[in-house]
Amino acid sequence: MSSPPVTGPATVPEHRGGPGPARFRPRRTPPAGVARPERRGVLSYWRQYLAISPFYLVFIVFSFVPVFYSLYLAFQRYDGLGTKQFVGLQQFEFLWSDPVFWLSIRNTLAIWVLSTVPTLFGALVLATVLHSVRRFKGFYRIALYLPNVTSIVAVAIFFGAVFSNDFGLVNAILGMVGISPVPWLSNPWLIKVVIALLMTWMWTGYNMIIYLAGLQAIPQSVYEAARMDGAGPVRTFFQITIPIMRPIILFTVVISTINGLQSFSEPQVLFASNAANQNLGGPGQAGLTTLLYFYQSAFLDNDYGYGAAIVWAFFVLIIVLVVINWRIVQRGRKS
Amino acid sequence: MTTAATPRPATGAKRPRRPKGLSAHFFLVLAVLISVFPFVWTIVMATNTTRDIYKSPPKLTFGSHLLENIRGVLNTIDFFGSMLNTVVIACVTTVLVLFVDSLAAFAFAKFDFPGRKVLFGTLLVFMMLPLQLAVLPQFILMSELGWVGMLKALVWPALSNAFGIFWLRQYIENGVPDELLDAARIDGAGFFRQYWNVALPMIKPAMSFLAIYAFVGAWNDYVWPLIVLTDPAHVTLQVELAQLNVGHNTDYSMVMAGVLMASIPLVVVFAIFARGFIAGATEGAVQGS
Repeated sequence: MSSPPVTGPATVPEHRGGPGPARFRPRRTPPAGVARPERRGVLSYWRQYLAISPFYLVFIVFSFVPVFYSLYLAFQRYDGLGTKQFVGLQQFEFLWSDPVFWLSIRNTLAIWVLSTVPTLFGALVLATVLHSVRRFKGFYRIALYLPNVTSIVAVAIFFGAVFSNDFGLVNAILGMVGISPVPWLSNPWLIKVVIALLMTWMWTGYNMIIYLAGLQAIPQSVYEAARMDGAGPVRTFFQITIPIMRPIILFTVVISTINGLQSFSEPQVLFASNAANQNLGGPGQAGLTTLLYFYQSAFLDNDYGYGAAIVWAFFVLIIVLVVINWRIVQRGRKS
Repeated sequence: MTTAATPRPATGAKRPRRPKGLSAHFFLVLAVLISVFPFVWTIVMATNTTRDIYKSPPKLTFGSHLLENIRGVLNTIDFFGSMLNTVVIACVTTVLVLFVDSLAAFAFAKFDFPGRKVLFGTLLVFMMLPLQLAVLPQFILMSELGWVGMLKALVWPALSNAFGIFWLRQYIENGVPDELLDAARIDGAGFFRQYWNVALPMIKPAMSFLAIYAFVGAWNDYVWPLIVLTDPAHVTLQVELAQLNVGHNTDYSMVMAGVLMASIPLVVVFAIFARGFIAGATEGAVQGS
């Protein structure tokens, strides 16, 4: 579940000499005076419609219709083979009283908090430090971004090996300093910690790059003025950097909420090797995230209707959390 | 940054700065070590035997068993077959994404046609939705089409991702001057000539970013291939790699050799294009629309 660097509510003034040609118009101008002659009939725009049609044909078939169709499925009983049977809200009623669903929600939220908080905090600190140095900047950026382009499968296998209860490197090192082995991959909380560490390792560099771009957009004169007024580095950071960066922080919080809640591959790969354990998500299902539960219901148990209900309920949860986070970051601005 | 108003010896003037700069670099190098460590440790594990890694204390240096482990990988899974599948999928997806998205982005960026706002708005909304909402119906659709287990089942859903259009539109709007398009039109160039001869050459940096983005995304994709490629003989590298780790397999050094082999191509691609890619990723993220 890689995240596209999608738009943010951030509007940062143009500053970098970025790749490619210079920018010709200030942002937020209405699109193109190029083709705006007198009003014409819809058909006279056939070239434009032809240009966008390849994408929209694929989009309608493989994205637009499927999203609504999955909402329709959530009100059916369907195993993928027989006929669909309308069951009203039964799937959602069952969901409401399904302890495994709530367990998966708790797991997902715990993993999300355990990974997002250190990721964003670490990214902000790293970006600030990186912004302050002059040499080797390019090298640091690339080296710190590297984790984000590696495959989750490879990373999950690696973490599984390093945190292995019996033979892993981490326990071996702990053993050398006389600490008894820690059950990383069987204790319900430590399972979440390992998954969160994995996600933190993968996503800190990505967020750092975004913060760095925001920091570079802050004019030096602001900092000079602060220094004139006798503000130290810590005070400058909290009273100048953070407030100016707020839109970008908001953007990363939203993206991290959407992405961080969608953890699937990490626990799926980490605990797939445990053949003795039929349930997904490892011992005690402590690593069973909501999407993993969706996968199990839909594709292993062939319960399509219930799978659709899970994923829609999950979507509502994401929206609620995005709104709450948005509010928190926005409220900070007023105070 | 010079604090010294009065002329002082060079060493004296630099002293207040040096500790700060040094500690910053120390901190960054530490972070780089953390971010690079898994790659190094993967190599260590892949070049040793499983017994060496598992003994206490474990062997911490590179060994000489890499070829042996690679042979183990090749005997256990169809590494090169699945890699070929992945390369084909990633290349086809990338080329199609570039063409389809740039064409649509050009129309959206530079022309005002009826329905433009609604069409683009729909696209933005769907970009924010979790992909998993569509997965189940997509699978049903693939079974109706008889595509389950086939590689083409991976290409089409990847094409329906709106990110490329969003990103290129932004770039074209700013990076391709209206005057140039006007001049081309006066010279008799129609819509498609303007796209092909004027716009495309000017958006190469944006296109190369999108190319790497699409390629890496297709290469690393795991969930959808896992669901839809039901035929064990036709899977992608990531699914095959996960298989290597599954079940009875306790030969960790062999598994790590597989991880290493699967990661190298991507790290190389990234190393070559890293600068432009990071610059692109940043711009896409920071420029609000």
